[in-house]
Amino acid sequence: MLNTSDILETIRMIQDECLDIRTITMGISLLDCCAEDMQTVCDRVYEKITRRAEKLVETGRQIETEYGIPIINKRISITPAAMLVSSTRGGDPVLLARTLQRAAEATGVNFIGGFSALVHKGFSAGDEALIRAIPQALAETQNLCASVNVGSTKAGINMDAVKLMGEIIRESAELTADQQCFGPAKLVVLCNAPEDNPFMAGAFHGVGEPDCEVHVGVSGPGVVRAAIEKYPDASIDELANIIKRTAFKITRMGQLVGTRASQMLGVPFGIVDLSLAPTPAVGDSVAHILEGMGLSVCGMHGTTAALALLNDAVKKGGVMASSSVGGLSGAFIPVSEDAGMIDAANAGVLSIEKLEAMTAVCSVGLDMIVLPGDTPASTISAIIADEAAIGMVNSKTTAVRVIPAIGKKEGEQLDFGGLFGVGPVMPVRRESADKFIARGGRIPAPMQSLKN
Amino acid sequence: MKAVITVIGHDTVGILHKVSGICASRNANVLEVTQSVLQDLFAMFMLVDIRSLSCEFSELSDALTALGKELGLSIHIMHEDIFNSMHRI
Repeated sequence: MLNTSDILETIRMIQDECLDIRTITMGISLLDCCAEDMQTVCDRVYEKITRRAEKLVETGRQIETEYGIPIINKRISITPAAMLVSSTRGGDPVLLARTLQRAAEATGVNFIGGFSALVHKGFSAGDEALIRAIPQALAETQNLCASVNVGSTKAGINMDAVKLMGEIIRESAELTADQQCFGPAKLVVLCNAPEDNPFMAGAFHGVGEPDCEVHVGVSGPGVVRAAIEKYPDASIDELANIIKRTAFKITRMGQLVGTRASQMLGVPFGIVDLSLAPTPAVGDSVAHILEGMGLSVCGMHGTTAALALLNDAVKKGGVMASSSVGGLSGAFIPVSEDAGMIDAANAGVLSIEKLEAMTAVCSVGLDMIVLPGDTPASTISAIIADEAAIGMVNSKTTAVRVIPAIGKKEGEQLDFGGLFGVGPVMPVRRESADKFIARGGRIPAPMQSLKN
Repeated sequence: MKAVITVIGHDTVGILHKVSGICASRNANVLEVTQSVLQDLFAMFMLVDIRSLSCEFSELSDALTALGKELGLSIHIMHEDIFNSMHRI
């Protein structure tokens, strides 16, 4: 018989500490859907997605019942859509976006990610058309996510793309101003984007991936916080071990679910992404883990060190628990999706500058940050450039998902609802970066790129 | 294929009878039971063989959840693999 305390521990993690499988994400290659005519592309895309993911949602529900573990989202990631656009003769990418929305509705998934372009070294055919279509595409659809990779350690940073993305984010917010500026909440700008990421908004199915596979994203900030709180007097290295042990258990569960999903769907198992992904729910906050370590408020001095410890221990614990760890893996720090971050931002302790420092040691970047409505596009571009530079130099993934709150200023907030949460408008520097951003061109790849 | 049924809550008459009745009616063979009553808190763990179930697993799960609601207890059934994978290397 199993140890009863182990059984109780698992049940407590799920019932009281918000342990869940955040997502089962099916990656589907759409390279075989290329055609000269956009309508043909759309027909092929719809057929392939609905065929491959026909049983995805049902399988998720079955696993949920079998193991008694909540699976919050079922998602699909696709080949970067810019590649499909490039095969057409000037086809409208918005048509493709509408098709993807229909496919999301037909399969019942929560999100489709991959309305994406990879332009870290420059724009190829289709890339710019897709990027310029993003605001319209996101305004017309509900379940589609877009991403653009503007830099990499190997290639440097495409500053033309950085400039363009500042404008696109603003335009997307303006087009969805009557829906809490929700457009840019589904758009992320990346540096060193991983090709097997199951998390939105940055998920896409890289060209090096197989035709179809399933990834699993596990979550569990509440479990880590509860584990830490049991040891109020533990030293820092003891804390690291406690986090490792907890991450190990969480990841083993992800591995089990991924293996089962892969068997049931008859497609290869991709990776487990062991990310501490917070939700606005009470007890599911990454900020509260940091506060549990002994910081009075997340965002004060010491936060970066605490986050570095957390991120590293999560990886070390998880890596032994899974046959293949990938995606983003680490701790996420989205502001609007994390009850503790929201409180810290409202209290004026957590600033964008501190968040930027935190992104140097966490698994992604500036995430779900609401900016004043009058923030110029060039300032958004400058934020993206800073973040991409951190990613490029440190050989890590960084990202920017900021939402200009059109017509709102500091002290106000945007309420996205659900997992996206509530974002207070955070102050940005008022000085201009216009001239720097207007220069365009490319920041050359750093010395770190010369590893061969 | 085995599953673990856990029952936690206030002790009342006939919990074991009712839970095992649901198992029997759906052809789930009870392999092991451990239970303890600490003061008023009742905790029972039951290992059942679900290879020859006469219904879908979800139906058994729903029946147990419904019984839990009726008795004011927390009743879960989970495949044993989840405990093995989380707690054993």
